[in-house]
Amino acid sequence: MGPIVYMMGAGPGIQLLIAFLIGIGFGFALEQAGFSSSRKLAGMFYGYDATVLKVFFTAAIVAMIGSRILSSLGLLDMSLVFHNYYYPGPAIVGGIIMGAGFVMGGFCPGTGISAAAIGKIDAIIFLFGGGVGAFIYAETYPLIQTFQNQGNRGAVKLSESLGLSDSLFILIVVVIAVVLFWLAEKAEKIFARPDITREL
Amino acid sequence: MVKRKPYMNPYLAGVLLGLVLLSAMYLSGRGLGASGGIKYCVVSIVGAGSQDHVQNSPYYSKYFEEGESPMKNWLVLEILGMLVGGFISGAISGRITWKIERSPWISRRRRMIMAFLGGVFFVYGAQLARGCTSGAALSGMAVLTTAGFVTMIAIFGSGYLFAWFFRKNWI
Repeated sequence: MGPIVYMMGAGPGIQLLIAFLIGIGFGFALEQAGFSSSRKLAGMFYGYDATVLKVFFTAAIVAMIGSRILSSLGLLDMSLVFHNYYYPGPAIVGGIIMGAGFVMGGFCPGTGISAAAIGKIDAIIFLFGGGVGAFIYAETYPLIQTFQNQGNRGAVKLSESLGLSDSLFILIVVVIAVVLFWLAEKAEKIFARPDITREL
Repeated sequence: MVKRKPYMNPYLAGVLLGLVLLSAMYLSGRGLGASGGIKYCVVSIVGAGSQDHVQNSPYYSKYFEEGESPMKNWLVLEILGMLVGGFISGAISGRITWKIERSPWISRRRRMIMAFLGGVFFVYGAQLARGCTSGAALSGMAVLTTAGFVTMIAIFGSGYLFAWFFRKNWI
């Protein structure tokens, strides 16, 4: 039963090799999606290109349903898969700061890496800024560590908080995603900017 | 020189990305991440610069406890792979070229400053939120965590909120 690294007791070398291979797939998928273009990504916030929403939600749904199937076939032990901890304050404040960074820079860290890989100089500068952001955080950590570490709710699942079974919850997410896809297709027509999208 | 090809259909690209994420979960019991790898690179550079500073800091010291280099890390190898994967994709699609992508209405200088500031904000926020769009939002949503959904809504909600102030950079 997966995760494979636990099943086979893989050593650090194998784990790092898997990380590298997963990274290749990740970078490849992001670049193929067009996420190596900041003006395409920014289109999400101005309506002329909603690729971000389509790719992001499709990927989330595929992984949700896929892991659910693997788990019910007894092929994947979900309790061994990392679930991120919920700290409401830092998650919301951090998310708001990230959103501001997104519309300023036109990238998120992953898309910035895929863009730097094909020679986008603005992406290289974005990543350099990212390194500076991590440095500022590290140096100011003593000032914010109280806020950073308060209110831990643990690895709580939204489905459980809402009192829904995982399958029903996933179904609801799929329905919401389909509605969002429909809105995204409409928005791209209403806010169309052929002068921008032609160049991307 | 390969002729420039169009991008993949977004829903198909989403399926591909979802399968990569599922593979990470199945093989390693992890999600995907990007800001974490950047953090480990910065920690290594600071460590190479000043061991004293690193040992006396409540933040850095935890990354040097096991005596291993912070570069020998899952997240670092993953972002190295991302550079290779992005390059392969660009190479087969004829998209590899040095370029500053910007709106024709703003100067290169302005684009570079905004890209730099965007990076500073994004990765700072990602440290607070314990992950970025991929590590906290996408990977969290895949395992249905509240943290995943809340971070996703906060990032995109805030993006729409600030979009008006930065519109001159894009449209």
